[in-house]
Amino acid sequence: MLAKRIIPCLDVKDGRTVKGVNFVSLRDAGSALELASFYSSNGADELVFLDITATVEGRGTLISLVRDVSRTISIPFTVGGGIRSEGDVDSILGAGADKISVNSSAIRNPGLIDTLAKRFGSQCVVLALDVRSNPAMPSGYEAVIDGGRTPTGLDALSWASEAEHRGAGELLLTSMDKDGTKDGFDIPLTRLLSTSLGIPVIASGGAGSMEDFREVFDDGKADAALAASVFHFHEIDIPELKEYLRKERIPVR
Amino acid sequence: MIAVIRYSAGNVLSVMNALSRLGKDTVLTDDPATIKSADHVIFPGVGEASSAMRYLREHGLDEVIRNLTQPFLGICLGMQLMCSASDEGYTECLGIFPERVTLFPGGRGYKIPHMGWNNLENLSGPLFSHVSPGEYVYFVHSYYVPVSRYSSAIAEYDGLSFSASLSKDNFHGVQFHPEKSGDVGERILRSFLEEI
Repeated sequence: MLAKRIIPCLDVKDGRTVKGVNFVSLRDAGSALELASFYSSNGADELVFLDITATVEGRGTLISLVRDVSRTISIPFTVGGGIRSEGDVDSILGAGADKISVNSSAIRNPGLIDTLAKRFGSQCVVLALDVRSNPAMPSGYEAVIDGGRTPTGLDALSWASEAEHRGAGELLLTSMDKDGTKDGFDIPLTRLLSTSLGIPVIASGGAGSMEDFREVFDDGKADAALAASVFHFHEIDIPELKEYLRKERIPVR
Repeated sequence: MIAVIRYSAGNVLSVMNALSRLGKDTVLTDDPATIKSADHVIFPGVGEASSAMRYLREHGLDEVIRNLTQPFLGICLGMQLMCSASDEGYTECLGIFPERVTLFPGGRGYKIPHMGWNNLENLSGPLFSHVSPGEYVYFVHSYYVPVSRYSSAIAEYDGLSFSASLSKDNFHGVQFHPEKSGDVGERILRSFLEEI
């Protein structure tokens, strides 16, 4: 039976993790490679690296991080943040990433999804979609960009469906209303998209407790759940989380 | 010497990295003589069936592969190409296993691709001598090979059982990605390289 996936997200800048990480087990708390390696051997099913580097030099550092991560860990990982072109994707996948995610660049240029899916295959094209609730939208949710600051006028569900038809192989769905609140994932949003689309959905934003994960799998019908700080600050230990989910009869690895 | 076949289908870096983590030296090659003289041959693959088969035929690698007698391991698309035909691009494949590669049925709640960690059952053969039934490996695929007498591991996706692995003589195939399957995947690769 296909397992529900637990995915830690690492925000990186210039090859280093950005959010503070207080793992005593790491020699270098800012080392994205060390953190990735820790998660890989401690029950994470996949990793997502979100690059927030703005400079060209920083992009070079990202590529060498991807190369090191690919040499070191033996689970799949996705790289997102600032990917705008086929060339960006070529160099990230060429360095050993399994998937890339596109967000605002795909909203500005939807044809990018078709291009990437055709050249690299749908299995490595993840649409990252940031969403806010907006009653004026047909689905009740609007796609937003720039960290949630800029509304796009696009209905979240219709944009996600379009991206699926263009060739996106997976959806990384973040509720900007819930992000950072730690009071649980947006269940109605996740359920709506997960049951409407024919591609896997990773739920993100709001994870605070182990119960939140159970709820997003059981009620939200998510295929995977992503979180950052609850893992980085060791508020939730992944092996314990999986033990809990197993007891709740949710299939996990 | 371990030969990893280089062809048009996708990224082989993950496979090369996994083998190097096991301390194995590998040669990435499309040279028939090198492939024929290897002790073990690995045939990775991420990509689309018809363009991959076209490349193999144009480079004479289809005949080379069919006639190999040393241990051979096809991974993901590599395994699918070892079957008779694939519905992906209606492609005639290598014909090592008399099976037809079929698209997962869409609709009825199915998500395609079948992506993520799934467990292995009905294990048989040397690839799985250090794996227990129920252990998880990582899959990413939209097409599958039905269960047959050549199935050496079976997985199930939403009620549909399919071949997670095929074995026949020196030829082995795995639908999942051992190079991305953590410690279980490493055991499978090690068994292939050290015990077959």
